[in-house]
Amino acid sequence: MKKYEVVVVGAGPAGLSAAIECARAGAKVLVADENNKPGGQLFKQIHKFFGSKEHKAGVRGIYIGEQLLKETENLSIEVWLGSEVCGIDADKSVWIIKNKEESCCVKAERIIIASGATENSIAFEGWTLPGVMGAGAAQTMMNCYRVLPGKRVLMIGSGNVGVIVSYQLLQAGAEVVGIVEAASALGGYGVHTAKVRRAGVPFYTGYTVKRGIGEKYIEAAEIVKLDSDWKHIPGSEKILTADTICLAVGLTPLIELAWLAGCRFTYSAKLGGHIPVHNKYMETTVKGIYIAGDVSGIEEASTAMEEGRLAGISAAWSLGYYDDQEAEILIEEEWRKLNLLRCGQFGVNRKVSKDEILNKWEEMRNE
Amino acid sequence: MNKTLKTIGAPSMEELRCSAAFPEKKDYQRGPIAIIECTEEIPCNPCETVCPKGAIKVGDPITNLPTIDFDLCSGCGICAAKCPGLAIYILDVNYTENEALIMFPFEYLPFPERGETVSLVNRLGDTVCPGRVESVLSSKSYDHTTLISVAFPKQYYEDVVSMKKLG
Repeated sequence: MKKYEVVVVGAGPAGLSAAIECARAGAKVLVADENNKPGGQLFKQIHKFFGSKEHKAGVRGIYIGEQLLKETENLSIEVWLGSEVCGIDADKSVWIIKNKEESCCVKAERIIIASGATENSIAFEGWTLPGVMGAGAAQTMMNCYRVLPGKRVLMIGSGNVGVIVSYQLLQAGAEVVGIVEAASALGGYGVHTAKVRRAGVPFYTGYTVKRGIGEKYIEAAEIVKLDSDWKHIPGSEKILTADTICLAVGLTPLIELAWLAGCRFTYSAKLGGHIPVHNKYMETTVKGIYIAGDVSGIEEASTAMEEGRLAGISAAWSLGYYDDQEAEILIEEEWRKLNLLRCGQFGVNRKVSKDEILNKWEEMRNE
Repeated sequence: MNKTLKTIGAPSMEELRCSAAFPEKKDYQRGPIAIIECTEEIPCNPCETVCPKGAIKVGDPITNLPTIDFDLCSGCGICAAKCPGLAIYILDVNYTENEALIMFPFEYLPFPERGETVSLVNRLGDTVCPGRVESVLSSKSYDHTTLISVAFPKQYYEDVVSMKKLG
């Protein structure tokens, strides 16, 4: 059986950052990803990132992805693509379907799970008609495969995913007929909403989608206003002509492997669902298994990269590649950068929720 | 605070005037200046780090709202090209006797040509007035964000923020 000091699950921003830190410290690393291309969602992020210089602010996500791949290559990190990780045993054997054809098992001393997240959906009449899709799916079609998913798109959800994908749909030549938000306030950053608003996209705040209309595919959408109990207000319906309804209604961490590995969980609505409990070194309740990125709570690529580095440094430290003093300095630095991304009116809630998870880890340790 | 921004998507003039970086009437008379429409505390500071004059300050933490010293701002436009939120434009209200000049970031193809007449829009995307394209600036360092300068009747200087996309 092949042996690695560290097996990283997922070649997205968190997984690659983790692998880079492990390899840089000297550890033998394998990265496995079910997709045929590395980079996770970075290669469809054609917009410029926020943050500061050290978070690569102002750089488009695609270029950040390219930088990560270059570092991965320079460090000669082994990356298996098209290779789904389907199991983790108690002795840290990792089961992988390599190249979609060969079932194999590798032995790891440390495992870093950076499996990411999956898009949420909402059910409504007509939601199974062709033309209804996740906003992330639309973004993949446009930005990875150069396919315009529709000509007239209605976006459901005004979080950053909803407004960014709306902007990119406009850039790709589609019309966005509206952005629907069930809450009484828009979710995404104001600079993103302002950008699509001045392009003429109306926001329907306090509305939800009632049904998708069409015989064989979406031809229109009916939206309806909600009262303070989130109930439809009869008579407030509007019909919007659209051939596509995009759902940008949140993400859920992909936690199956952490379950299989025996990690303990806590529920955090603000972070997207059930989250593997972890400490400030990103280590779960199972010794030697770390997590990073959206699987540890839904945030952004910028935070995912910092968490990945944190997990990578911690894993390398536990393998003896850093002494305690070196590790503490590196870890404190990562936390400084993470905290910068988790303040302000948007970040502070995530900071509070993340702290709750760290506290939970302490509680569970003392049980 | 930011009630209009959070319901219709664009800030109202009142919300903008409450933000520290927004110019007062007298500031418009200094020649071209950067107008920063950034009223929410997001973790972001490229405007501060790219400003060659040190006119824009965010400081620590990076979620502070930017402030700008109009004595130092030369209206060069680098911040407008670099702001990841596309939330900055350059305005010269005294471009000619009757015209103001706006230079805004633009990321929709096709680009207009110099001399072309375009429709200028307000924060809601409504057409305000026609304008004459004076320059279309692309640079490698702008990384696919193009700065477009358009002259327009100066009475609309508080309304105009961008142009209708072409094609």
